[in-house]
Amino acid sequence: MPETFEDAPWVRKDSLVIAHRLRTYYTIKPGLLAKPRFVKAVDDISLSIDRGITLAVVGESGSGKTTLGRTLIRLLKPISGEIYFDGKDITRMDEDELKSIGFRRRVSMVFQDPYSSLNPFHSIHFILEEPLMIHGIPREEREERIYEALEEVKLTPPEDFINKYPHMLSGGQRQRVAIARAIITNPDFIVADEPVSMLDASIRVEILTILKDIQQRHRMAFMYITHDISTAKYFSDYILIMYAGQFAEYGPFRDVVKNPLHPYAQSLIEAIPDPDPNNRLRERKVAPGEPPNLVNPPSGCRFHPRCPYAMDICKRQEPPVVEARPGVFVKCWLYVKR
Amino acid sequence: MIAMALLEVHNAKLYYLTTKGIVKAVDDVSFELNEGETLAIVGESGSGKSTLAKLLVRVWERNVTLVDGEVILDGKEVLHISEEEFRREIRWKKIAMVPQASMNALNPVIKIGDQMIEPLLLQGTGRDEALKMAMDALEAVGLPRDIVNRYPHQLSGGMKQRVIIAMSIMAHPKIVILDEPTSALDVITQANIMNLLKKLKWEFKLSYIFITHDLALASELADSVAIMYAGKLVEIGGAEDIYGNPSHPYTQGLISSVPTLRVDKTLSFIPGEVPSLINPPPGCRFHPRCPFYKDRDYLRGLCDAKEPPMIELKGNASRRHLVACWLYK
Repeated sequence: MPETFEDAPWVRKDSLVIAHRLRTYYTIKPGLLAKPRFVKAVDDISLSIDRGITLAVVGESGSGKTTLGRTLIRLLKPISGEIYFDGKDITRMDEDELKSIGFRRRVSMVFQDPYSSLNPFHSIHFILEEPLMIHGIPREEREERIYEALEEVKLTPPEDFINKYPHMLSGGQRQRVAIARAIITNPDFIVADEPVSMLDASIRVEILTILKDIQQRHRMAFMYITHDISTAKYFSDYILIMYAGQFAEYGPFRDVVKNPLHPYAQSLIEAIPDPDPNNRLRERKVAPGEPPNLVNPPSGCRFHPRCPYAMDICKRQEPPVVEARPGVFVKCWLYVKR
Repeated sequence: MIAMALLEVHNAKLYYLTTKGIVKAVDDVSFELNEGETLAIVGESGSGKSTLAKLLVRVWERNVTLVDGEVILDGKEVLHISEEEFRREIRWKKIAMVPQASMNALNPVIKIGDQMIEPLLLQGTGRDEALKMAMDALEAVGLPRDIVNRYPHQLSGGMKQRVIIAMSIMAHPKIVILDEPTSALDVITQANIMNLLKKLKWEFKLSYIFITHDLALASELADSVAIMYAGKLVEIGGAEDIYGNPSHPYTQGLISSVPTLRVDKTLSFIPGEVPSLINPPPGCRFHPRCPFYKDRDYLRGLCDAKEPPMIELKGNASRRHLVACWLYK
């Protein structure tokens, strides 16, 4: 690891998870003989998450937030940049190496859709036992861990659930099984990708509370990926707002949400309604248009075609990331001192 | 004398027949809607809110076993008239709908214009006139008129949703039913669509029935709010009353589970799950999850046995505040 990350001063070097100038592109071949083209899903993202800390990664669909999460736990390989986990550079390690350093046991993921993330032919018992078998945990300890995990996600008494199959459970219960599976190997780092967006409002809070309790009890590093900032508010320490695969704004969660600086961040936050009958009497001031195609993104700042403050330079040159307020970093020409 | 409401729904019922039994998706629901008013119907999945919308425009699935009650639109009963008459005179012209996820149901091989005018042609409008109506509507939703010559794949998600909204208003209906009109859209696109819906409402004095699971989003449009739970209407009133003084324990639970970005509050949740509509709990359908029923002995034998009546509360809004709960008897 380098001594300092001079080009990304918001990255803390002693953190458990560090991404430095990460880029993950997908390749598409438009035709048999055509030149392959790239979808720049994650384009120059740097971040760090320490133990006991939750980072919310917020953006719209196509912003690259899911690709970023999957790259960090090495379900995808980046084309450039580095990922450090507990001080080790894991960017280019192969599966065997990742296993030998315990990486696969120490990271895990909760997916969005509890209807498709659990195998319908496996019992809850097997769903939870499988990761333990893979990591070579002896039988007696496995049983103990399964019970503990079910209790932790408040599927109690565990005996009532252990022999059931996913179709016998409600959406909220399935998502709790998915969380139990994610924590059963005692990971240090969890990526939760929209864990409550498929659930009804009255169950969401319960799932969020469970996640928050687990994260704090085990002091995990936690990455909460969402398009909905209001659910992130309840347990996030920091926020990274992404637009079209790129960094938009990063800082302490409450600070950023209260006073967002990037014009995209301002729009994103303005767009979210709180329940208030006065909402109906006014229009929301949000940016027009929709996110760009990532095969051929706009030149300069990718937000400039929608930005109400777009200047000449925004069209020509990509903005640098600057510290606009202590601890708050923004990739926007408005805040560059020239 | 009280002016007659634009839409009156009396004791509406719609049951489905499935292999597991009869699903009472809408069970004895009554409400009214005034001219220019927006009523949000809020409930979780399985509350019957979408079925209620389908009942109002009379597009229901084949396995329906019972449709009952009265729907009085502009002084005329329309639930029991012939389908032919409803199609010619009522649907699209008086009451139109933006069905859930319908932007993904646009036919990929037919031009936008041709898809839009199909219902108008079936009603006997001439092709040129229908096309003009479609282009006027597209302009009203902020799209260029020549979109009629494009195909759906050439449009973004937000633009497709605008096309669907244009379709719903092109025959100048008085009521538009919006069934989760922003559910597949991104946050900012959603806000832009809500802005458009507000603008259309003010411009054309539309009445909306806005079906959603999201109480925060409902407040973007709603003059009044109706809360549905397990096929029943449990509370209805002006937006100020429902948000300011939620009275049904379910409404209270729902509101306190909505995360808020700008104000800090402690979130709570309603334990348990929405009941099955095949064999719903007796009495008040919410009683197994109700915190008051658990705490107060005098409610035993009442909530779990007898269906609560609609009770009028003192409200601050222009609309009556009604709640179906034994606590207020």
